Amino acid sequence: MSLETHIAPVATSRYGSNAGQPLTRRDGLLKVTGRATYAADNHPEGMLFAVMAVSRIARGRVRSMNIEAARAHPGVVEVLTPANRPPLFHDPNERIPPFGFRVEVLQDDSVRYVNQPIALVIAETLEAATEGAALLDPQYDTEPARVGLETGVRFDPSGVGIGGTPKTAHGDVEAGLSKAPIAIDVEVETPPQYHNAMEPHAVVAEWDGDRVVLDMPNQALAISCASYAAFFGIPVENVTIRSPFLGGGFGSKAILNGPQILAILAARMLNRPVKLALTRAQMYGPVSHRGQTWQKLRMGMERDGALIALHHHSLSATSAFEDFLEPAANASLPLYASPAILVEHEGIRLDTGTPGPMRAPGEASGSAALEVAIDEAAEACGMDPLAFRLKNYAETEPATGKPFSSKALRTCYEEGAARFGWSRRPRSAGQMRDENGLLVGWGMGTAVFGCPHFPAEARATLRADGTALVETGAADMGQGAWTALAQIAAEALGLEPDQVEFHSGLSTLPDAGVAGGSGHTASAGLALNQAGGDAIAQLSDLAVNDPQSPLFGAGNIGVTARGGRLYRRDDESRSESYAQILARAGRSHVAGTAKSNRDPAIASGHALYSHGAVFAEVKIDPDLGQIRTTRLIGAFAAGRIINPRLVQSQYFGGMIWGISFALHEEAVTDKRTGRIMNADLAEYHVPVNADVPPLEAILVPEDDAIVNPIGVKGVGEIGITGTVGAIANAVWHATGKRVRKFPIRIEDVMSSR
Amino acid sequence: MPFSISLTVNGQPNSIALDDPRVTLLDLLRERLHLTGTKKGCDRGQCGACTVILDGRRINACLTLAATLDGSTVTTIEGLAEGTELHPVQAAFIACDGLQCGYCTPGQIMSAVGLLSEGHAGNDPERVRELMSGNICRCGAYQGITQAVLEAGQILSQNNTAQSRENGRNAA
Repeated sequence: MSLETHIAPVATSRYGSNAGQPLTRRDGLLKVTGRATYAADNHPEGMLFAVMAVSRIARGRVRSMNIEAARAHPGVVEVLTPANRPPLFHDPNERIPPFGFRVEVLQDDSVRYVNQPIALVIAETLEAATEGAALLDPQYDTEPARVGLETGVRFDPSGVGIGGTPKTAHGDVEAGLSKAPIAIDVEVETPPQYHNAMEPHAVVAEWDGDRVVLDMPNQALAISCASYAAFFGIPVENVTIRSPFLGGGFGSKAILNGPQILAILAARMLNRPVKLALTRAQMYGPVSHRGQTWQKLRMGMERDGALIALHHHSLSATSAFEDFLEPAANASLPLYASPAILVEHEGIRLDTGTPGPMRAPGEASGSAALEVAIDEAAEACGMDPLAFRLKNYAETEPATGKPFSSKALRTCYEEGAARFGWSRRPRSAGQMRDENGLLVGWGMGTAVFGCPHFPAEARATLRADGTALVETGAADMGQGAWTALAQIAAEALGLEPDQVEFHSGLSTLPDAGVAGGSGHTASAGLALNQAGGDAIAQLSDLAVNDPQSPLFGAGNIGVTARGGRLYRRDDESRSESYAQILARAGRSHVAGTAKSNRDPAIASGHALYSHGAVFAEVKIDPDLGQIRTTRLIGAFAAGRIINPRLVQSQYFGGMIWGISFALHEEAVTDKRTGRIMNADLAEYHVPVNADVPPLEAILVPEDDAIVNPIGVKGVGEIGITGTVGAIANAVWHATGKRVRKFPIRIEDVMSSR
Repeated sequence: MPFSISLTVNGQPNSIALDDPRVTLLDLLRERLHLTGTKKGCDRGQCGACTVILDGRRINACLTLAATLDGSTVTTIEGLAEGTELHPVQAAFIACDGLQCGYCTPGQIMSAVGLLSEGHAGNDPERVRELMSGNICRCGAYQGITQAVLEAGQILSQNNTAQSRENGRNAA
């Protein structure tokens, strides 16, 4: 898909052309005029509307539904239930690797969690489908909901996260703890959280024989096509997904879910296009969430503050029928040096929808607990929290001894602390008040996030007029792929970004891998970089072998590509434009391609992480307990920065998610029924504008020639890590109260005067 | 029972045949008039993504039944730019990076346009933050949104000042 713009671009700030420049978003114009097309904005001819009916119990079975009443409602075309649901070609109780989960697609009448789909009503209008679903009046055989620590079923997991290791041991933690002169023991609880992307999950499905076109927000186009092909028994090339814009994803739109499969199935069954958009309430179940954790940390220190043992245990919740465990304890592996580290996970099954990756899965909840524990350890040692972190600074990856590909964390600490004024912080709690009598606290946390890399492909075509067409099936869920990836391609091709036509967000384009793990810019960017390099190499071959070219014979010396021209490397007076080279060669274009991946030797020999330091100020009303984050400063080092404007926005977004984790977000479950009592955006609190103070993100320069050939690390998730702990530690510093259950609430700090 | 309403949408008078009293303004715009710039985020008046300007006031289109709007005037995000000229708020959202995924953006912009035209915000970032708090942005683009509203407010007030000077000259 391309960005069709019919309005002249606004005069926006331009600081230069190539990668590294803070260009404004290429898709900004479409987004501010309402012309960016999200999945549910599509209306193919003859389209029907589907509305889900979902379970109101957490466990049991649907005994009956009033299907006749729904069918009789004017406009209702079909009611899909387990009784008439057409067959699927893949068993929904079996996973599809690498990311597929078991899904609920009306395979039987059982209910495994609240908000599970139990029927799909399809009608000529949205209003009729909505009313039809309401008329179903399901009756249930209800079993007790297992939704708490007391009733959940515990188990030893074989894996955590996606393919993660549940237990890692390095050194002897028990020996270290037993001889430690100073030790702490901390328990931290994190709640279930729901992604709540602003765009509810939606699909518009249109079949043509055994081919299907799906308009849907999707973070992993190629993998999803393969999975849909398996479910519908058709060749993968018969599935086309169009996903030019995602209205937020945060991990919830990377993995197939039941509702979207059902809508596609209905479209095939009825031989008409079908649109399904989940209601906000229906997003609290079948489309993933961040699972609850109960974490325990034990740390032993020498008197000088040196860690000698670190034990991090996470009890992580998953559903009754599928395994995704928040790999929270693994957050203790990459950060603080200790001769003994043990991280381990235990699972607990609850009657909820299956959790999944949600922005910094594991890292966010693990960091929240770890950074609070580190603060307590510093206090126990009588040390400043920053001094304590520097004392335990890891020069190599603690549990493996691998060297870091790059690690500018010291600079992050220095610059963040200087900007914040950390050196003026009193050591003990409850020392500061502002002019209005509010309690003031300062806290900090370390941010860290790994650098996964996905295989990716791209195509770069230099055209006769000297411009380029660049193609890769990337996903822009707000991080800025339309802009940053085009910048990388333009740089590789020696062109200005506006000379590059960039096509993306479509599954028929080369596979750009997954927009996840903060690895999309690096992964798809490397493919674009190499495809561009391939195109330039082919162009260069044409020129240096052509006696009529000023570049003739420069094959050994080489050429450089810049401003739409190739220059002889040792003599810049000799150059030729791309258009001239192609014209004389009688070529309409040259097409470069690339299939890129990370060199496995890099990953096995190095520890690859982005780092950062976050400093927070909170003010708390001593009478009312109202907590406000009043300053938040992060300093982050994440390799090469392609677009500082968009990267800053990613850091801000992550930090705001950190505020949200620390002070706002929590799905509250009724223990009697298993129902989520705040499944809406009024009572499931996420920060609004007034909750967010002026933010600062310092972009610490970092060169990394190892992590990947373009030196890019990830920026999308790191901002949450560190921030949660920084705010919690600031709350302690203001009040002297250690709140170890997130989110921190008014009642936790009342009577702090 | 079918009935019709007359509704001016983005300056265009329409006679709209409605066959269903349950249709909200939001669903009318999106599903029947195919003006999909206005977004549905919650359908409960909680997120602000569907904010439009109805008879000069900011409203949540999801909480408004279309059947009640006979004779009304609605401005949506599609009606904001004049020809190829962006509204100053739209331009400021791009310049200040007041958006990420873009899904809440039409609602944010319509709220901003509304509150600026009502003269509530002034130059005060705290006021802007408070007044823009009916529009949730899950990506967390709030810093850019606040900055964009302030910058657009300055441009609009300069334009207004220039306009009133112009009017003054003409009157003289």
